[in-house]
Amino acid sequence: MNTTTNAVRAGAWRGWVEFRQSLTNAQDLLGYFLMPAVFLVISFSVGGETIPGTQIPAGALIMAGAVGFLVFIAGGMTVAQILAMEREDGTLLRSKAVPQGMLGYFVGKTCYMLLMTTLGVAIIVVPPVLLIDGFAVQGVAGWFHLVWVCLLGLFATVPIGAAIGSLISNPRMIGLVMLPFMALAMASGIFFPITAMPGWVQTLVQVFPVYWLGLGARSALLPAEAAQVELAGSWQHLEIAGVLGLWGVVGFLVAPVLLRRMARRESGSRVAQARTRAMNRPY
Amino acid sequence: MTTPEASAATHDVEQQPAETVIEVRDLRMRYGSTDVLKGVDFSAHPGEVLCLLGPNGAGKTTTVEILEGFRLRSGGEVTVLGTDPATAGEAWRAQVGLVLQSWRDHAKWKVRELLAYLGVFYAPHSTPDRPRPYDTGELLERVGLTEHANKRISALSGGQRRRLDVAIGIVGRPRLLFLDEPTAGFDPEARRDFHELVHNLAAAEDTTILLTTHDLDEAEKLADRILILAGGRIVADGSAEQLAAEVARESEVHWRHNGERHSHATVESTEFVRQLFERHGSEITDLEVRRASLEDVYLTMVHRHETGQVDAAADEFTRGVR
Repeated sequence: MNTTTNAVRAGAWRGWVEFRQSLTNAQDLLGYFLMPAVFLVISFSVGGETIPGTQIPAGALIMAGAVGFLVFIAGGMTVAQILAMEREDGTLLRSKAVPQGMLGYFVGKTCYMLLMTTLGVAIIVVPPVLLIDGFAVQGVAGWFHLVWVCLLGLFATVPIGAAIGSLISNPRMIGLVMLPFMALAMASGIFFPITAMPGWVQTLVQVFPVYWLGLGARSALLPAEAAQVELAGSWQHLEIAGVLGLWGVVGFLVAPVLLRRMARRESGSRVAQARTRAMNRPY
Repeated sequence: MTTPEASAATHDVEQQPAETVIEVRDLRMRYGSTDVLKGVDFSAHPGEVLCLLGPNGAGKTTTVEILEGFRLRSGGEVTVLGTDPATAGEAWRAQVGLVLQSWRDHAKWKVRELLAYLGVFYAPHSTPDRPRPYDTGELLERVGLTEHANKRISALSGGQRRRLDVAIGIVGRPRLLFLDEPTAGFDPEARRDFHELVHNLAAAEDTTILLTTHDLDEAEKLADRILILAGGRIVADGSAEQLAAEVARESEVHWRHNGERHSHATVESTEFVRQLFERHGSEITDLEVRRASLEDVYLTMVHRHETGQVDAAADEFTRGVR
């Protein structure tokens, strides 16, 4: 039997096992429901307001942006957090100690991220479809856009998360990474229309994937007339695919270098040191 | 009866150098300007249980990590299972098992699940004489975790967790197993069980075992051969009995003269005591002649090591055992 095929198959199994585990523990379950719940509350709190010049409720706009934000957080932060944690507790070293174990580990994480994000998107999309006017998957084309935007979004953001995770040695530092992520999302028109931001901010955020993720998610979940409040007045699907694709390609060239460097340095004494540090931390 | 073929075959085998599992020559490791290993030499033979003994900070873990292929050495030659671990591939990795000090990994996994998952990676490396991986049920039985098979790993006690680590270490039926400080933090009973497990492993699987410890008692119980690492060198190499016999040549003589206590270490204790009485006669009281045990010598060395006189301690020990 080929060792590579064997490891890929084992990795897929790993992804499934870890996905199943995430459904049976309170902390992970809270993670699935917390963000959708928060955005649902925000959407309801804006009440009957509509997007200026349209009949579309502002709540629907926020909820649609939230779908893009969820993918951004899953790829950029969850991956970073998992890597930092599993490096500290020795999971990564364990994978390094078995033949082709690192391949299995990364295939496993990929499968896990796909399954987790699929469920996450389902959880965040279904309630507003039922509860919020103007929020609906826009027919077959809407489904198509939702799927490719989410997949390409993961492709663009997972390497970012992997890079952050390989550079951070203390998993509790991930909380600090959340701040710039939130600021970027806010500036990128996730929580309110980007037209409210100064011109230079509008230009700057178009460099990052989160703006395009939000735009893509809105294109799949809002009626066509909502496009008029976007910067270009249209959904710009080509540009979305271009920017997210470019981030993904560059990311998948850079991140493996950082990951290999990180993995090479793992050894029993480093895990032991990390454990001592973790036990001596006051928080 | 000796056929020509048989004698030719025997001749062939004799021409080959005896197979070694680990071969280390002049191994050096330097961190910044500190030399941790200053030329370590040793070898291990198939099926041998080898114990690397030394005080904390002597470089045991560094040595083992170099042999595991997790750390690049500064100098010297290292061959493990016929290959340099620094450049060894996945086929080599499949022959080696590890039990390291601080595993807290896969906390959400169930015991049986993790063993089965990790075992899968060894399946392509299965051979008729070493079917890989180990059957999960059999392995759980072996380390005494059958009744905890469906528990989450985070719910295991310290001793059970360690048994699982050993199970994972041998799931691929390794030809060489590394155990780094395997019983640190164990209560005496867990320790005794663990020692029994290691004995069985070495006997039944023909697995070579290299274990590190700072505990002489553990080394004496487990090892076929003890290597003492101090001051960046191997200062002693032999079975517990050999080492004990060598240090036992020296004795400590204690006595009291004019109310004052004296002591002297000597190989010629009988002659020394004869001269002592010749000179002082009945002024000598409380005479005691005690053979130094391996433990006395080792503890002295550890104490010196911990108070910073590393080289002196290593030299002293070398003199003690030679």
